[in-house]
Amino acid sequence: MYFDAASSEPLHPQAREALLAAIDVGWADPARLYNQARRAHLLLEQARTEVAEALGARADEVSFTSSGTQAVHLGVLGTLHGRRRAGRHLVTSAVEHSSVLHAAGVHERDGGTVEAVGVSLTGRVEIDRFAEAVARPGTALACLQTANHEVGTLQPVAQAAAACRANGVPLLVDAAQTAGRVPVPSGWSVLTASAHKWGGPAGVGVLAVRKGTRFRSFLPEDEREHRRVPGFENVPGIVAAAAALRAMAAEAAQEQARLSELVAKIRETVPKIVPDVEVIGEPVERAPHIVTFSCLYVDGEALLTELDKAGFAVSSGSSCTASSLRPSHVLEAMGVLTHGNVRVSLPRGTSAAEVDRFLAVLPDLVHRIREDAGVA
Amino acid sequence: MTEVTEPALTIDALGKKCPIPIIMLAAQINHVPLNAVVSVLADDPAAYTDVPAWCRLKSHRHVGSYELPEGGWAIHVRRNY
Repeated sequence: MYFDAASSEPLHPQAREALLAAIDVGWADPARLYNQARRAHLLLEQARTEVAEALGARADEVSFTSSGTQAVHLGVLGTLHGRRRAGRHLVTSAVEHSSVLHAAGVHERDGGTVEAVGVSLTGRVEIDRFAEAVARPGTALACLQTANHEVGTLQPVAQAAAACRANGVPLLVDAAQTAGRVPVPSGWSVLTASAHKWGGPAGVGVLAVRKGTRFRSFLPEDEREHRRVPGFENVPGIVAAAAALRAMAAEAAQEQARLSELVAKIRETVPKIVPDVEVIGEPVERAPHIVTFSCLYVDGEALLTELDKAGFAVSSGSSCTASSLRPSHVLEAMGVLTHGNVRVSLPRGTSAAEVDRFLAVLPDLVHRIREDAGVA
Repeated sequence: MTEVTEPALTIDALGKKCPIPIIMLAAQINHVPLNAVVSVLADDPAAYTDVPAWCRLKSHRHVGSYELPEGGWAIHVRRNY
């Protein structure tokens, strides 16, 4: 059972089909002026139009990158570069994806300033403080995710956008966890997303820059992708990404509501069948497919290993499962238990029976690990 | 008035990874009288978040976390019940 869609959604069958077809016909350089190139160009622009439509953008606002992380890096640093004269202050939430925080780190080392606004116990950014931070003179950019990647909490993007608009500050919205699942909130100036999280192939990210937003790539000049992203486009991957997004979005209203009910069931059931568990994140205002909980006195790595042996692929924000030996910055910022953490994120098509099986094996596994640690 | 209570018990969890510091705290909190303070010495970064989170879940009180000169923290917990 694959329950790690928040890391990567399995390739959508329609994306697979589109990818295989596009590999055969979309390999030429879309910037050239012969028949094969025109074909690649047509495929690329068709995909751009489709992706733009699904995300609520104009086609000429959309550029394709090599990943969601690259989209964020280019989006954050490119907007800061374009707004250099307005100021050098960057505002984010404390629970953004590491790609945002690492780009912020580069900005800071380059002499800029960064404010990471704190979150509630449920992982929602303190919106009043966010609005205050944005109002600070010299703010060049604000960043906020649509939903948190580790705990699923939806962020108040509409309110953040209003605060940004009132202060003439562009807002970068990282929609990696929700694109293709729930409609993209309006009000963004820069939008980023990642195709493999909506069932597209790896190697395709989206960077959309709203018309009128000052943006200047900080990388060496390159004419591709409206000068926003250097390098030869991955046309087959982009075509497949567009096919996946179209398919995912078409069934999203129904399928995501179904997944959301399964997530609700996990949220309600786990604390009843496992003692000393903290279910984390917003109970209602959340992404449809993500649920996170922490089990007291349990080593997160041990739990992941046991779940893997039982046939369940899940992820964890506990420090013992990270290369950094630090717990997840998201759980730290929320002030919730970081050990014994499990993130379950359901891909499309997850059945109620699969979730029931997970709920059937979990209590024993947790009990056994606690017993081994001398706690149970 | 600053509220600094001498710990009635110090748990040395230095060098121990989470969840071990929390397991040690849970096992020993009842060794001190009501309202007494237990100090957990820990240097795993997870403990800095997890001890206060444990207090919230178990309705004990996180008094404060104080940096140790040699690295890590003394995390003070007041037994509430």
